[in-house]
Amino acid sequence: MFLNQFLLLSAILFTIGVYGVIVRKNGVLVLMSIELVLNAVNINLIVFSTYWGVAGQVFALFTIAIAAAEVGVGLAIVLLIYRNQRSVDIDELDEMKG
Amino acid sequence: MWFFTHVWIIPALMALSFLLILFFGKKMPKKGAEIGIVFVGAAFVLALLTGGNWIAWSNNNPEGHGPAAEGAALANVDPSCSSVAAEAAAVGEGVEHVEGKTEGKTAGKKAGEGHNEGGHSTEGATAAAPPIGESAAPAAPAAPAATEPAGAEKGGHEEVATRPVVSCINWFENGDQTISIGTLVDGQSVLLLIVVTLISLLVHVFSTDYVHGDRRYTHYFAFLSLFTASMLFFVLSENTLQMIVGWELVGVCSFALIGHWWEEKPNSDAALKAFLTNRVGDIGLLVGVIVLYFAAGKSFSIMDLNILANEGEISHNLLLIGSLCLITAVMSKSGQFILHTWLPDAMAGPTPVSALIHAATMVVAGVYMVARLYPVFFEGLSISGSSVNALSMIGAITALFGAMLAFVQKDIKKVLAYSTVSQLGFMVTALGVGAWTAALFHLFTHAFFKACLFLGAGSLSHACHHSFNMVDDMGGLRKIMPKTFWTYLVATAALAGVFPLSGFWSKDEILAGTGSFPGTEGANGEYHVMLVMLLLAAFCTAAYMTRTIWYAFYGEYRGHGTPHESGPRITTPLIILASLGAIAGIVNLPAAFDFLPEGTQTRFEHYVEPVGLYFPAISHAGFNPALAVISVLVGLSGIGLAYLYFFKDAFAGLHGLAERNKVAAFFKNILVNKYYFDWLYTTVIVGFVKGPLARAANWFSANVIDGTVNLVGKTAVGSGSWVYKNVDQKVVDGAVNGAGSSASGVGAMLRLTQTGRIQQYAALFFAAVAILAGVFVVVIG
Amino acid sequence: MNSAALIIAEVVPLVTPETTFDAPANVVFAVQAVVMIFAALRVVTTKNVVHAALWLVVVLGGVGLNYILLQAEFVAVTQFLVYLGAVIVLFLFGVMLTRAPLGVSDDLDNNQKKIGIGVGVALLAVLSYALIETFGRSELTFAAYEGVAGPNTNGRTQAVSDAIFGQYLIPFEMLSLLLLAALIGAIVLARRD
Repeated sequence: MFLNQFLLLSAILFTIGVYGVIVRKNGVLVLMSIELVLNAVNINLIVFSTYWGVAGQVFALFTIAIAAAEVGVGLAIVLLIYRNQRSVDIDELDEMKG
Repeated sequence: MWFFTHVWIIPALMALSFLLILFFGKKMPKKGAEIGIVFVGAAFVLALLTGGNWIAWSNNNPEGHGPAAEGAALANVDPSCSSVAAEAAAVGEGVEHVEGKTEGKTAGKKAGEGHNEGGHSTEGATAAAPPIGESAAPAAPAAPAATEPAGAEKGGHEEVATRPVVSCINWFENGDQTISIGTLVDGQSVLLLIVVTLISLLVHVFSTDYVHGDRRYTHYFAFLSLFTASMLFFVLSENTLQMIVGWELVGVCSFALIGHWWEEKPNSDAALKAFLTNRVGDIGLLVGVIVLYFAAGKSFSIMDLNILANEGEISHNLLLIGSLCLITAVMSKSGQFILHTWLPDAMAGPTPVSALIHAATMVVAGVYMVARLYPVFFEGLSISGSSVNALSMIGAITALFGAMLAFVQKDIKKVLAYSTVSQLGFMVTALGVGAWTAALFHLFTHAFFKACLFLGAGSLSHACHHSFNMVDDMGGLRKIMPKTFWTYLVATAALAGVFPLSGFWSKDEILAGTGSFPGTEGANGEYHVMLVMLLLAAFCTAAYMTRTIWYAFYGEYRGHGTPHESGPRITTPLIILASLGAIAGIVNLPAAFDFLPEGTQTRFEHYVEPVGLYFPAISHAGFNPALAVISVLVGLSGIGLAYLYFFKDAFAGLHGLAERNKVAAFFKNILVNKYYFDWLYTTVIVGFVKGPLARAANWFSANVIDGTVNLVGKTAVGSGSWVYKNVDQKVVDGAVNGAGSSASGVGAMLRLTQTGRIQQYAALFFAAVAILAGVFVVVIG
Repeated sequence: MNSAALIIAEVVPLVTPETTFDAPANVVFAVQAVVMIFAALRVVTTKNVVHAALWLVVVLGGVGLNYILLQAEFVAVTQFLVYLGAVIVLFLFGVMLTRAPLGVSDDLDNNQKKIGIGVGVALLAVLSYALIETFGRSELTFAAYEGVAGPNTNGRTQAVSDAIFGQYLIPFEMLSLLLLAALIGAIVLARRD
């Protein structure tokens, strides 16, 4: 097997995730897209751990744990937004406009 | 030896006590108090046994000099906790090879093991002195010295290096950095073990009566236990990281106990204030420890750090920076000038807590830390041979200003709090001028008489309906509370430095240690300013303590209800502490008293002061009779003037001076407002940050930044119109239209970027990333 | 579908004679790669929120399969447990609690589709260019695992655990702190008061 077949797969997943983050309106769907991005990164870590030792695996595990925490907090935020706005459309959150 | 390697049991006992009280306290018949007392009692007994063993151990541990002896001086340091000790062990072996000593190849760790075995065989023997001596002698590589122990010791105590016993376990590793946790046993830590457990025991007993029926009685005892455990943990620290842990733990306990009655706003405010003020200093501690970690070649070990600093392996500047950072920590924890403001407010906690934490033990943590890392300060601040440095200056200012503040307080506990601040200033000054032993000696004696004073104040307030206002709610209690009165009087006299009492000896040693008084021999420098300030502070101390005696015990009773003498659980600790405060001075009688039997002078110095690689070669100021007389006279004149003023109503013109004289009123106002430090902190600094600084930032943003943007905009418009008038009109129509539409297109595009929609920002961000990465990959890569 | 073309371009050279062709592994990889990419595209394009979550299951499972192919069994198991077991359930709860439209909905995307596609293609182009330039056709050697583990031992997992609880202990402890903070944060945020 080649290194690149995994690395390219991960690159594709990453771009699809980025596309989702940019395009999706629903907060929950944006979080799902972020999961795609994180998993793409994890594949990279694991691939390179076959070169440089188990550190990559360790960090993949760390990423998984952090991703779990991120989903927890992220969904709590989405829930809060829903409660305040009765909608999870990120489009409607434009209070950042100066 | 068993006691030295298993000394961790003492803090562990107290930690266990904390857990037991927390989980089972409420179900016990005495609500958990008995658990605390039993455990702290056991800890005290263990500490005493350790102390006894330490004395026996130091009597039997003569050392020679030279490289082999240097290796042996660290023979009881576990090489895994100190790289220097490990090296020294290796060097010791090497030297012996060169000298061809075949029988003495048990240097370093082997010697330590030998001790361990010897110690185990005599385990449990309280009078273990002879066996330890025997086990030490064959194992010690410095065989020549070991053959003449008695003579070397009697001949001159400088020859005696009491070996520190360091043991540790591997706490955790990160990369190649091993963090250990362990105990460092030497005279200094053993001293604090005894002081802390003794005061804690008495405070426990006192508290059973004092906070009887309190709504959080169990919680209170749990925290007393946790505090004792933390302090012991701190005292026994083997490395600076462990020190930080202990330091923060005592801070947390202090916070919890100051805010014990948190339902009242001032109490919880005081707790927060103490915590936050200490945070300021903790930053200094953290930075200092990090600096010293790198200075000592990536080692947290106190032994490593001290030895390297002592041998000049670390650059002076690094040590200076490190010690200045650590001084910040001392300023907060030991209530030194400008960060002292939390300590008087901390009196919001229960009185026994004030006695234990804010007088006798926790607040000396800063002093202890300086003493523990003394080579760092000694070298970093160039204490030897100079006449001023940051540490002694801060200490002297604190001693004087704290004593002056104590004059205007109405609250008896606040008087004592400022007195504590002032006395801590004495200790810090002593350390600053190189009088290490004097500082520790004063710490020792001060712990007794100040704890006694605080507990006495507690007893008074117990009688007077929990008021601490001695001006308005006390008076005439001398006849009603004789035990409290007499103990309070003795402790006051000790604090004021009246001749045979303990305070005299320790204070005199500090004064002599400044080396400024003519005829004093053997001091480290000539700190003239400090001597003057300390004498003034001593004068004030005597006077304000006389004032409290007058208000609390003489005159007419001004409170309401009928006061009564407190019960035996309150008076017994008072009597014990007052007697100790009276006699504790005999442990360090000056060497000049050669009419005394052999081996009774300077015992404290002999047993407590480390001698060896990890301690600087400080010299000891000799006893100076003239200075002693002057210091007593200063104390007595303070007492006398205050006596005449308050008791005999002399200087009638001075009474009410502040009401009549504007100058006097001005100065009194300054004192009543505590030099306006709290005002400075809350109004000026916080107010500045909240008000003007924030407004200034806002103004800057609104006027300068926006102005710049507007200016740029206007310039753009202006130049655009200029271009329009001068260039646009002159080019062909098609170009005009093209320019116009492209300008509006750019404008429209730029407008799109300011939508406030996160996803658009994300899109732009990723686009930028793609472009940048493309540039990097294609162009550069 | 530029991505599929790229994958095919990458998979095809595998059958060239000079490479050691590990047939089963490569077949598995090819199949799951195609499935994963399709599923990932469905996650970001489907008009049904619940379907998106289910497609995500496929992607995450595929990632786990990748881990197995890369001989990282422990991470693979963790992936299945944490992602498929916990995270997906969280997502479904999120969908439920926010009353997202359960059926088909046309209102899930914003008006940035073109920008999104543009950015995505640009990123992918840069990434694939860099990867192909750098790694070309280098073989996966598993050099790091040699000596750590034989075929039927638990050596690699042991090595991972040694690394976590030895060299990376402090990051690990920090992580537990972070999880605690996230826990508290989630409670504080989601609580009704």
